[in-house]
Amino acid sequence: MYDVVIIGAGITGTMLARDLSMYHLRIAVIEKENDIADGATMANSAIVHTGYDPEPGTLKAKLNVAGARRYEKICSDLSCHYKTVGAYIAACGKEEEAHLDILAQRAEEREIPYRFLSREEALAQEPSLSANVTKVLDFYTTAVIYPWEVAIACMENAVNNGADLFLNCPCMGIEKLEGSYIIHTPEKDLITKTVVNAAGTFADQIARMVNDDPGFVIRPRRGEYYILDQDVKPVNHIIFPVPTAAKGKGVLAVPTVYGNTLIGPSSDYIDEPDDTGTSAQGLAYVRTNISKTLKNIPLNRSIRTFAGIRPASDHADFIIEEDAKNPGFINAASIESPGLASAPGISQYIINEFISKYFVLKEDPEAVHTRKADPVLNELSTEEKNALIAKNPAYGRIICRCEQISEGEIIDCIRRVCGARSVKGVKKRVRPGMGRCQGGFCEPLVLNILARELGISPLDVVLDSPESHILESENRK
Amino acid sequence: MRHYQAVIIGGGSAGLSAAVTLKQNGIEDIVVLEKDMEPGGILEQCIHNGFGLQTFKEQLSGPAYAQRYVKMAQDLNVEIKLNTMVTKLNADRTVEYTSSAEGIQTISADAVILAVGCYERSRGAINIAGTRCAGVYTAGQAQRYLNIEGYMVGKKVFILGSGDIGLIMARRMTLEGAKVYGVAEIMPYSNGLPRNIRQCLEDFDIPLYLSHTVTKTFGKDRLEKIELMEVDEHMNPIAGTEQYFDVDTLLLSVGLIPENHLAEEAGIQMDPSIKGPYVDDSYMTSAPGIFACGNGLHVHDLVDFVSLQAKRAAEGAARYLKNPKDRGETLAVKPGENVLYTVPSCVHPSDAEENVEFFFRVRKPMDEGTLEVTSGDRVIRTMKKKKLMPSEMERVIITAKEIATLDGEVRISVKEANA
Repeated sequence: MYDVVIIGAGITGTMLARDLSMYHLRIAVIEKENDIADGATMANSAIVHTGYDPEPGTLKAKLNVAGARRYEKICSDLSCHYKTVGAYIAACGKEEEAHLDILAQRAEEREIPYRFLSREEALAQEPSLSANVTKVLDFYTTAVIYPWEVAIACMENAVNNGADLFLNCPCMGIEKLEGSYIIHTPEKDLITKTVVNAAGTFADQIARMVNDDPGFVIRPRRGEYYILDQDVKPVNHIIFPVPTAAKGKGVLAVPTVYGNTLIGPSSDYIDEPDDTGTSAQGLAYVRTNISKTLKNIPLNRSIRTFAGIRPASDHADFIIEEDAKNPGFINAASIESPGLASAPGISQYIINEFISKYFVLKEDPEAVHTRKADPVLNELSTEEKNALIAKNPAYGRIICRCEQISEGEIIDCIRRVCGARSVKGVKKRVRPGMGRCQGGFCEPLVLNILARELGISPLDVVLDSPESHILESENRK
Repeated sequence: MRHYQAVIIGGGSAGLSAAVTLKQNGIEDIVVLEKDMEPGGILEQCIHNGFGLQTFKEQLSGPAYAQRYVKMAQDLNVEIKLNTMVTKLNADRTVEYTSSAEGIQTISADAVILAVGCYERSRGAINIAGTRCAGVYTAGQAQRYLNIEGYMVGKKVFILGSGDIGLIMARRMTLEGAKVYGVAEIMPYSNGLPRNIRQCLEDFDIPLYLSHTVTKTFGKDRLEKIELMEVDEHMNPIAGTEQYFDVDTLLLSVGLIPENHLAEEAGIQMDPSIKGPYVDDSYMTSAPGIFACGNGLHVHDLVDFVSLQAKRAAEGAARYLKNPKDRGETLAVKPGENVLYTVPSCVHPSDAEENVEFFFRVRKPMDEGTLEVTSGDRVIRTMKKKKLMPSEMERVIITAKEIATLDGEVRISVKEANA
């Protein structure tokens, strides 16, 4: 019997699993996909917003501020990237400048550092600002992360502390017993005292398994993005337009951890909770709207487009509450922006408000808080690289020429706890295929390494899901 | 730090030709750095024939063509470091490489020749809407899986883009039992060589959809369907022209891009019209002593011209190594009317010792046109040309004597007949 079963291995679920794994609790995370962080966590703007934007009095405001404050330490403990780049909110004209004052006021109340920049001051730092921009509010402590890296690291930390992770394990139904729940999955039933529903765009479907009217409906909203080549760096800071009630945070430019620039997102309600296809209209929207705040963005240097789904709902705020009819069944739903930044706050909130009602939370003295990352060749000095290659020649065999990723690093990420099981899993962990050739050269090599390390036929290596085969058949053997 | 007379980055068709030429010109202390486990580059997976008609006057397969150069290089004792990835190039001609055998090493050279090849434009660069499921490959990737690894990527195939690798793969996969439903080309004309259209599509009754593009992919895990639409003269899809094909595989043959991260990092000036470095008539880039050639300079349609150009670049490097003098003022050579680009992009009239062959491509197909080379207001050369195609590289030689007389910016243009 588990104490807590978390449904969904996105940033919300994995962050909670890690925090819970510090206590004497039996925890399981079930995930319907073939990897951790395959939904909204995989495709978003990758920003740790400081928390100036949400309306006062909301959970979003409270948990964003709390979450953002924990991030740097979490990333440091888990050896994840955390890069403070700063965020410029670029106002165009008097009306928008007035809105900057509101945001500054909120920042003041929430003790978030900020400063105003004149057009000239901002332009000196960001030459690509458009002629429309009249004034900038600079949240200079804003950071970018690699969202799935953090989720994978949290899950690994939790598993090392005894948590169970079940991938390809959709929740098919939930049965309520006296003081416990049975979670039905295709291969096994899990019995648990409490359940946390962190199922993202499927959270309402899960909630309805225990309550016909859980009080919310997920309204998935798609956001489409361009990713630009590392060789072009149009911005040094995150550039936001002034947020509006209707359009949210608008179309941004984000300098990512690895030096690619993200341009997006669009914002369109969609019917299917997993429809991550891109659309001609969505990308056109991004192209048109980025020009409000920025000029000469080299979209012709795009190396990829993608779409992510915000697990938004018919509520404006996060929904983090115990189901009205089912004690111990906790919904963490409607976690749209700033969900990523809020995740550490959400996790603590769930523990303090709900989990603590059911368990006497005793810290496990044996629990580990840190995680050591495998060597990343690109981040080492020449001497360190040479020492590594001397010990293991696989680090000297460069597989991905765009990102300069070695075979050694790929092997490491497959052999690790919560390791890669797919080409996309390798890409998420150590980046081959993230560069300008998009895996044109390295995918066949990565595929062979996966087959060898997993002890399977190349025919059984998948791109992502268990059915996403890359090779169809052996040719005339 | 080990010092060489010349370091050649890349051991494919350009790099091997450059190495052989350097040796033939008495430059002995050279090394070729090659990332793969064997020399030959992308030719190793090009098992079809059609290579070598210009160079060897016979039809060879890719590996056989490469082997000729490997043999020449071996006979001349060219040192080739295999499994060796160049990880940094500096403008001062120091080169950092990484290999299992040697770790990270930095070497220096009096001359560096970039022979780095090109990569295929990916799906991300062309923005097809729809899911990002398995089953979408670049044509070269599918070629590698089939010809090197021995696997078919799918059995029901559609191909976007009429580049030569796509056409070759249409034939190859058909011969291996796949059904190829069609090739779509967004332009109103093919981007492949006419001989490949004939031998790879027409001979196998594979339809070529000109002025069409793939607008959407469908399928959650693996590709299930594609949407094909006709486009207008601005390349925008025309509503109401949607057609659907139930395929498990989409190959992309939508362009090749010179691989120039190393050159850009070294601060070498790039020519946006070729996506490679600006080079002068000796194939020297803006960085003194660094030369560029082959598909890493601009994308060629025939490997024979890659070898030829690499030979010229190596000859330029050899002259430079023997006499690294200031060659005086440069005069720009620019594409004029109906011309997309010209290589080289400048000459030295005050130091014109050699004839210079210019490579250029036209912007659009023309049945008949007049090639014109001008310097300022002066016409240097005119020549009638027939059947000009963007897919086929054109060449024109300007003699050393002519170059010495040039006094104004040089333009190469093609005036369309009856236009």
